[in-house]
Amino acid sequence: MDPVIRIKNISYTYPDAPGPALNDVSLDIWPGTFVAVLGSNGSGKSTLAKHLNAILLPAAGKVLVDGMDTIDEGSLLPIRRRVGMVFQNPDNQIVANVVEDDVAFAPENLGVEPGEIRRRVDAALRQVGMYELRLHAPHLLSGGQKQRVAIAGILAMDPQVLVLDEPTAMLDPQGRREVIDTVEALCRDRGITVVLITHHMDEAARADRIVVMDKGRVVMDGAPREIFPQAEALRALRLDVPDTTELLRRLNAAGMRLPADALTAEDCAALIGEALG
Amino acid sequence: MSLMELRGLTHVYSQGTPFEKTAIDNIDLTLRHGQTVGLIGHTGSGKSTLISHLNALLKPTAGTVLLDGEDIFASKASMRAARFRVGVVFQYPEYQLFEETVFADIAFGPKNLKLDQGEIDRRVREAAAFVGLGEDTFRQSPLELSGGQKRRAAIAGVLAMEPELLVLDEPTAGLDPAGREDLLEKLFHWREARQASVLLVTHDMAAANRCDRLIVMDHGRVAMDGAPEAVFARGDELTAIGLDLPAAAHIARLLRARGIDLPPSLYTLDQLTEAILALWRRKGGTPC
Repeated sequence: MDPVIRIKNISYTYPDAPGPALNDVSLDIWPGTFVAVLGSNGSGKSTLAKHLNAILLPAAGKVLVDGMDTIDEGSLLPIRRRVGMVFQNPDNQIVANVVEDDVAFAPENLGVEPGEIRRRVDAALRQVGMYELRLHAPHLLSGGQKQRVAIAGILAMDPQVLVLDEPTAMLDPQGRREVIDTVEALCRDRGITVVLITHHMDEAARADRIVVMDKGRVVMDGAPREIFPQAEALRALRLDVPDTTELLRRLNAAGMRLPADALTAEDCAALIGEALG
Repeated sequence: MSLMELRGLTHVYSQGTPFEKTAIDNIDLTLRHGQTVGLIGHTGSGKSTLISHLNALLKPTAGTVLLDGEDIFASKASMRAARFRVGVVFQYPEYQLFEETVFADIAFGPKNLKLDQGEIDRRVREAAAFVGLGEDTFRQSPLELSGGQKRRAAIAGVLAMEPELLVLDEPTAGLDPAGREDLLEKLFHWREARQASVLLVTHDMAAANRCDRLIVMDHGRVAMDGAPEAVFARGDELTAIGLDLPAAAHIARLLRARGIDLPPSLYTLDQLTEAILALWRRKGGTPC
């Protein structure tokens, strides 16, 4: 199997910036996986995300999407169809006055025929749990609902990869849960590749793989169970570990002998319950 | 002593139209001097509408707000006075920077107070120091700052007004974990040093954890009001209104459901660690 996105030694410097935002980054993203990207503010996460669908082009190195080079202008449209992006602010991403019109916007622009648009829009709205609200006005929705509409708009393009740049930063806990549950289900049930950029460790804990960035480079790359036990290294990078990991670390430091890799509150409670039971 | 009192505060948007919506509904609250109060609630629960009344940006449909016993909506002068005494930092304040230099941006509020230049200078320097913004940035354009610095410059602009009550709406949104921790530390330090009061609107349970008092809003009303341990002990109700528990309180609930006998009011990792270790030692577990 080939990676759906292959990043080879890319570097990028913003105009007038003192140093590079990306510095010799290489990464293969495998189809159907859920990848979380962590890093402090300014570590290069968003710059990396913008390279995945040719919003930015690398100054050096290559990004291949499904084998197509993002630098090749002729590939721009097929690349954008394969890799869709959701951004932080739900209010900046909605263009229409009715939810289903908003979701239909991209396939209409792609010249998809009307019957097929109807089918895709309905399917996309069902997948994000917004079908019931398809005739509502987007500006009256909650933040989590707006982000799910934005995700549906991308699903209607039938993409292979969904890239989300801090999609939950402006949402309340319920909105965050709605969005992350939706994204995880799209990956698990529909095999869509997900790249999630986030500052929330509990969201990253649900991914298959965590990529940690610092100063424009990839500094850690592994499964959550491998990454989160490295609390000191993460804190040195201005990051944190999930509270579950931290609790187990403290209990073990006091002499309990618990496996240190439980990430969900349920798994963590099960381990502790057994030790005390 | 009470700093601010909300009496029957009600705000109805688009009254008399089909879009009529009661955002806050007959709220009575007293904010005391020197407290750090967390205001939590899901989107649409009325938090933002509530805080917009505290410095008279919105006028209530019914009820009022008293500042040191005086109705802030009594006159134009009292509304203006409230704006100087109650500082509000809205979400993503960095989008509201507009002056040519960082110094001028932070100085904008104090200038409006018609203070002399020496006092303006002092306030700008002190506010910048509180948020950890170096004086080397003063001559820069706010647009040249990093995202985190812009946020701090915007907050410094409000601190320079030396408000008695500082209200912040999600001040840590979008910051990395170290940035969140750092900003909270600075705000708590400022409150302490200035003997002021802080009202923190937040979705971040780790921040809510550290307040003296939590007010939980739901559907435009106050659903709970008390110390964090009292509020977080009501886990089922919080979950029912769409809020999260701090991770420690959540794990404690799961353990209780497994029949483990933990005290009812655990909500920090420190408390949970201690409680689990106490049970473990009682069972004969020994440090290795």
